[in-house]
Amino acid sequence: MSEQNQPKEHDQEHHIVSPVTYGAILLALLIFTGLTVWASYIDLGAWQIAPGLTLFWNPVVALAIACTKMTLVVLFFMHVKYSRKLTKLTVASGFFVFIVLIGMTMTDYFTRAWGRW
Amino acid sequence: MSDSTSTANGAVVEVHHEHPPYQRHHFESVDQQFDATNFAMWLFLLTEIMFFGGLFTSYLIMRNWYYPAFVEASHQLNIGWGTANTAVLIVSSFTMAMGVWSAEMRKKGMLILFLSLTWLLGMAFLGIKSIEYTEKWEKFHVPGLHWSDSSFLNPASDPEVYSEYHDKPLAPDMAAKTEMYFFLYFAMTGMHALHMIIGISILTFMIIRARQGAYTTGHVTYVENFGLYWHFVDIVWIFLFPLLYLISRY
Repeated sequence: MSEQNQPKEHDQEHHIVSPVTYGAILLALLIFTGLTVWASYIDLGAWQIAPGLTLFWNPVVALAIACTKMTLVVLFFMHVKYSRKLTKLTVASGFFVFIVLIGMTMTDYFTRAWGRW
Repeated sequence: MSDSTSTANGAVVEVHHEHPPYQRHHFESVDQQFDATNFAMWLFLLTEIMFFGGLFTSYLIMRNWYYPAFVEASHQLNIGWGTANTAVLIVSSFTMAMGVWSAEMRKKGMLILFLSLTWLLGMAFLGIKSIEYTEKWEKFHVPGLHWSDSSFLNPASDPEVYSEYHDKPLAPDMAAKTEMYFFLYFAMTGMHALHMIIGISILTFMIIRARQGAYTTGHVTYVENFGLYWHFVDIVWIFLFPLLYLISRY
């Protein structure tokens, strides 16, 4: 076996995430859960972008908190923060394609037949 | 030069390298084996994300089309149960992560403990879900099977929900669309619950194997990749919870 086929030593190390990190993430996730429930009981108002086009802040905040929680789970519980570039690239491109698929579908649905549905 | 030159009759002409028993022969090293299976697991999870994405997209489109029906139908869900289930699932993700840590540290007793806790929390989630499903059945909110839209034609007929939200009666054509909300509710939470049931089944198997010492010899791949699956199911719920329960109050 030739030498250059051997991956670098430090690239091989399997990172073990400590229970302290897991505990901190658990606490953060529970706090964010409390926060999103609390926020849902408050009327955060709406932004009238254009006639017939209104952005309600409550769902925006709820989804923003959900995205934050997801990021914490993916990075720490699922070890992506400590993974190789291949895993990071796979996860990132997967989410990118997912957002493109949903985003393009939504722009199509929501700009067709304005106000007739 | 390749170190595994096969001859025509399949005999491998090479010096047999020393390696742990759980390393398959076609991998250079345990780490390479770990990375390959880890990568494959992520590819599988991406297909799962796309699969649930279809359900989420339908929900978003229908919610925007039939907004009043979806808002009033959402009011039928109990935020208390939803919050409890979110907490249960998040804690189960933590115990699963601790299970992975126990396997990495080769602590057999801890691994069995954390896998069992994850199993219990998974069952608790399904228990709470079944309480909610039972209520849907009792209130005729199971689309196509046990359905009535009277809660939405006459919201005052449901004093418990009415006292909190004071919903106005929906016109019959809009009230009929609440059935679509409950269809999506059962499709999304049902598909999520199915993933939970599959996860708990695999956990049962893993607890038996862990008791035999299978995952505490340095071979953490199986526990690690199952952890990824479990956390993924948690993430799906992290989005289901606000979309189904929370965003329809205002």
